[in-house]
Amino acid sequence: MIYREAGQFKTTYGADQAVFPIRQDRWFVLVVVAAAFVVPPLVADEYWLQAVLIPLLVYALAAIGLNLLTGYAGQLSLGTGGFMAVGAYSAFKLTTAFPQVNIILVFLLSGLVAAGVGLVFGIPSLRIKGFYLAVATLAAQFFLIWLFNKVPWFVNYASSGTITAPNRTVLGVLVTGPNATAPMRYLVALGLVAAGALVAKNLVRGRIGRSWMAIRDRDIAAEIIGVRPLQTKLLAFGISSFYCGVAGAELVFLFLGSAETLAFDITQSFLVLFMVIIGGLGSILGSFLGAAFIILVPISLTNAPHAVGLTLPVALLKQFELMIFGGLILFFLIVEPHGLARLWQIGKEKLRLWPFPH
Amino acid sequence: MSALLEIRDVSKAFGGVQAVTGVSLDVQKGEILSVIGPNGAGKTTLLNMISGFYHPDTGRIALGGRDVTRLAPSRVAELGVARTFQNIALFKGMSVLDNLMLGRHVRMTSGVLKSFVYWGLAQREEITHRKRVEDIIDFLKIQDLRRRPCGSLAYGLQKRVELGRALALDPEALLLDEPMGGCNHEEKEDMARFVLDVNEEWGVTIVLIEHDMGVVMDISDRVAVLDMGAKIAEGTPDEVRADPLVIHAYLGEAKTSGNGGPRG
Repeated sequence: MIYREAGQFKTTYGADQAVFPIRQDRWFVLVVVAAAFVVPPLVADEYWLQAVLIPLLVYALAAIGLNLLTGYAGQLSLGTGGFMAVGAYSAFKLTTAFPQVNIILVFLLSGLVAAGVGLVFGIPSLRIKGFYLAVATLAAQFFLIWLFNKVPWFVNYASSGTITAPNRTVLGVLVTGPNATAPMRYLVALGLVAAGALVAKNLVRGRIGRSWMAIRDRDIAAEIIGVRPLQTKLLAFGISSFYCGVAGAELVFLFLGSAETLAFDITQSFLVLFMVIIGGLGSILGSFLGAAFIILVPISLTNAPHAVGLTLPVALLKQFELMIFGGLILFFLIVEPHGLARLWQIGKEKLRLWPFPH
Repeated sequence: MSALLEIRDVSKAFGGVQAVTGVSLDVQKGEILSVIGPNGAGKTTLLNMISGFYHPDTGRIALGGRDVTRLAPSRVAELGVARTFQNIALFKGMSVLDNLMLGRHVRMTSGVLKSFVYWGLAQREEITHRKRVEDIIDFLKIQDLRRRPCGSLAYGLQKRVELGRALALDPEALLLDEPMGGCNHEEKEDMARFVLDVNEEWGVTIVLIEHDMGVVMDISDRVAVLDMGAKIAEGTPDEVRADPLVIHAYLGEAKTSGNGGPRG
């Protein structure tokens, strides 16, 4: 009843190719984004912002990055953690060397460094595909972590081997470092992921996104119609790594505060890959849904017994949490192998007709 | 008359199998040239060499006087050679519209920076090319299929969309590999009509591989016959039909092999 597109006629191709061609979608998304900027900083407490929402946004950005590469361009990668580490260590080096440079700019520059590294490790993709490529990107993961562990220059010769986010301001307000408030960090993370999602959407609905999907669906036919495989794949690796790099920098500067290479080990690569698979390959929305699923479900499972007045031993609770979480992943993959984004889409299709069956 | 496509003495072997042996062929600008021959005669290999997917072992191929023998497929496409495939090679997860827009890939220029912003230059380019794609959609009468994913379409329609994707390139030369294979009678007639219209109205030169002799003899200006990798005849449909070598290639086997079937 409420979700009807009847009577919305498009008279230009521009309107037909809009991100959200249906009016209700457009308003819904605008309201959600506006609410995301206003509501949590006002009502959410420190715990929610710092432990739930900020990592959710940071991982969503990484998931968008991996989704561009794996979901759109069809190149399987297990190097996400490594590329995130490149972003984090670049941001640390850059901002300690040039403290006066705006931290947002530092994040973006770190993304560029990660993009460069991603390009190099994307070169094998011209020759190898699928699982074999995944193994090749694994090399990136292990090599980069090894490099950051071995070369003390990357941590400014700190004996602890950790990188720590210094105090940095944006427009006079502290956003990173131990004294930055959670709402400010949240707003920075939200602003970056919102901009990142918009840019990603613009990429995938145009010429570049189509060439990625062509390579994914049928690389030979793509080449015959004029898509250059090497450039297209490397571009996907570069842009994907840019996103992962910015997300890695955010992970240290906005979420963890300080980190060692352990924060970027192979489990991070898997975590982001799971987000992309559960959320939906080839969907920007899916990247958010996947990140939300992976971050929120364990937290709510931990808090659920307490909320209903049940007190369980912590160790037992942890076991239950893992079991139920694993079960839920299996359940959603069986119900909808194309991910949460597809479920959302089906729901919308149903809503168009509701309350009528046809 | 000037030859748009000059194929000079090309040969291609795969391991020990000689797929194409010393074939020379001129495709004149604006004609429909059919390449026929029994299965395994090397027709598709010849097409693959023209589109740069394989490179010939010997010989050369020129397009409009320019040597394209060693060019990559994407470069050949940029020069205006489009093709369809024997076993449909659409991007199945994508909509019909996206498939056709992809066909215009080489005609578009938006790079990363323009695409980041989208509004402005990239959008203007999208709209310009969308108009051209809509012309093709109208021409092929697939207006109602724009948003459908290609994988969900019936076989004959997929063939039609694939033709559309090739046309979207605005090709000089269009290579069609069995566009009517597996289609029913009605779909074949439609396709034959499209091929003729493309040739007459848009002046596109067409190289056609097809097994349906009725269609081939009807719509071709000239016919070339391949057998076991070599060209055995070339000429107008009537000349080819009467050529004893052609008759032998198609029917001779049945007389000598004794089990009655044409070579499969």
